[in-house]
Amino acid sequence: MTDKTGTMLYLDGVSVAFDGFKALNSLSIIVHPAEMLAIIGPNGAGKTTMMDIITGKTRPDDGEVLFDGRTDLTKLDEAAIANLGIGRKFQKPTVFESQTVWDNLEMALKKPRGIFPTLFYTASAADIARIGEILETVRLLARKDHLAADLSHGQKQWLEIGMLLAQDPKLLLVDEPVAGMTDSETVETAKLLKDIARTRSVVVVEHDMSFVRDLDSRVTCLAEGSVLAEGSLDQVSANPVVIERYLGR
Amino acid sequence: MLTQALFRALDKKAIWLVAILIAVAILVPASNLLLPNGHPLRLPNYAVPLFGKYLTFAMLALALDLVWGYCGILSLGHGAFFAIGGYGMGMYLMRQIGDRGVYANPVLPDFMVFLNWKELPWYWHGFDNFWFAMLMVMLVPALLAFVFGFLAFRSRVTGVYLSIITQAMTYALLLAFFRNDMGFGGNNGLTDFKEILGAPISADTTRAALFAASAIALALAVLVCSMVVNSKLGKVMVAVRDAESRARFLGYRVEYVKLFAFVVSAIIAGIAGALYVPQVGIINPGEFEPANSIEVVIWTAVGGRGTIIGPIIGAIMVNVGKSYFTGAFPEFWLFALGALFVITTLFLPKGIVGLIGQYRTLTTKREQHDRSAPSPADVEAGADPQPKAAE
Repeated sequence: MTDKTGTMLYLDGVSVAFDGFKALNSLSIIVHPAEMLAIIGPNGAGKTTMMDIITGKTRPDDGEVLFDGRTDLTKLDEAAIANLGIGRKFQKPTVFESQTVWDNLEMALKKPRGIFPTLFYTASAADIARIGEILETVRLLARKDHLAADLSHGQKQWLEIGMLLAQDPKLLLVDEPVAGMTDSETVETAKLLKDIARTRSVVVVEHDMSFVRDLDSRVTCLAEGSVLAEGSLDQVSANPVVIERYLGR
Repeated sequence: MLTQALFRALDKKAIWLVAILIAVAILVPASNLLLPNGHPLRLPNYAVPLFGKYLTFAMLALALDLVWGYCGILSLGHGAFFAIGGYGMGMYLMRQIGDRGVYANPVLPDFMVFLNWKELPWYWHGFDNFWFAMLMVMLVPALLAFVFGFLAFRSRVTGVYLSIITQAMTYALLLAFFRNDMGFGGNNGLTDFKEILGAPISADTTRAALFAASAIALALAVLVCSMVVNSKLGKVMVAVRDAESRARFLGYRVEYVKLFAFVVSAIIAGIAGALYVPQVGIINPGEFEPANSIEVVIWTAVGGRGTIIGPIIGAIMVNVGKSYFTGAFPEFWLFALGALFVITTLFLPKGIVGLIGQYRTLTTKREQHDRSAPSPADVEAGADPQPKAAE
């Protein structure tokens, strides 16, 4: 297919079936460095399965999944893939509820993940400053000592984005980041993600069309496990097949 | 680096707990040994090894809490590590008997002579050295926990399935240790000990020393556990407990985090078992009984899991209750134990410690409420909604 070098994420002909149901059917997607890609598509199109495959939760039956043009992700487990520099935000915000906002970020902060470095870890001034910076970016500075469980739904989403930032990944996979957010929060999130995409690759899965419009990025529409259309949002949403299979319904 | 981590571990509660345990380690033996017979503050002789036994149980419960309360691994086989530690100490004590046994064999313990064995099995060698035996008391449970944990956690066996295989582990060991061919005294186990480190095992001074050793070992275990749970690794353990796959996507190797907790916990349990045996004078396969391990879970739940002090309080309270009940109404003890577990699960999910914590937040909240809430009259009068500090 296309040249693999110089890509951040390269999926070619990826297929996976669960009990005979083809969740992904020869899916091919490319994401370049410092590029944002928005993925839309109806329920069951395989968006989350695709993320599961990239992050090592699910193994594909067939196809090639490369990170940074060379690392084969299908051979690695979740922790190894996370440490390569792929961060994931889940559809349902998953933060560590019984711990404080600060602790959530401290655990996410990019540091050696081994047992003994973690056991003897003491936060350096630089680490503390970095966490403070992230707290400010995601507007949770005032709530840093609160338990994550006490945050509102939108704040949990933002905390999870903060944890992604703390991981300092090269590629961010963001699954429905604005679900349950107010309109103004949605606008802010779009701004934040665009800001992040200046230096890193970001893949956003979202249903909210006005949010996708705000992102102003390349759009890929998935359906039944493969790519239906690609291009700008206007191109994709004008595509008659997309209207029939997704938007029109 | 290490000292820094230790200082962090010494939060206020842990300091208090360690201080109390050291005070107990001094005061209880002193009261038993120094005060004259009949003095109201003198602890009777029988009570010293009894309380010493409770302390070793508390240590076992603390070990379980490290994996269950903090890391979400409900081990229903922790009694196995305790029993193995106990057997390690028992083997040392057997070798100390020497030719004072019934058959007066200077090397072979009585049960081996009885079985017509001619020489000591290879795994009994070295146990005449105290230091070697103590090393094994820690190493063997650690090794078992490592191998078992490595296989189980790597295959991502979690939840109730893991609990069942831990239960199977202790049951398998129970059956193995029952066999005479194993060379651990079979059904009867190891007993009839004479002396420990040259001191007669049932002398008052030895028992007082064993009590003090148990209290100090428990204090050290509190320090170690407190250090682990207050470290960043401790936070990751809680993260694994609450959302295992999320921790994985952050890049933590969940299986190693669990393995670390499991091995540390097994070592603490092994030491507790080694201190238990000389105080009760016997170790037999009954200690591997699955029901024993389940009882440890009850102590921990009653005291309050996920806290350092909870399992200690739980183990001591339940066992004091057990000693009282089995004396006063022996037939009701198991009912009481069952009822205790049901009540704890239904009404006290965080145990006794959680109850105290709840009461505290309730009272402070009420105080704050009383202080800050504007009186209804103010609201009706359309007064400033900002509370006035003076009220």
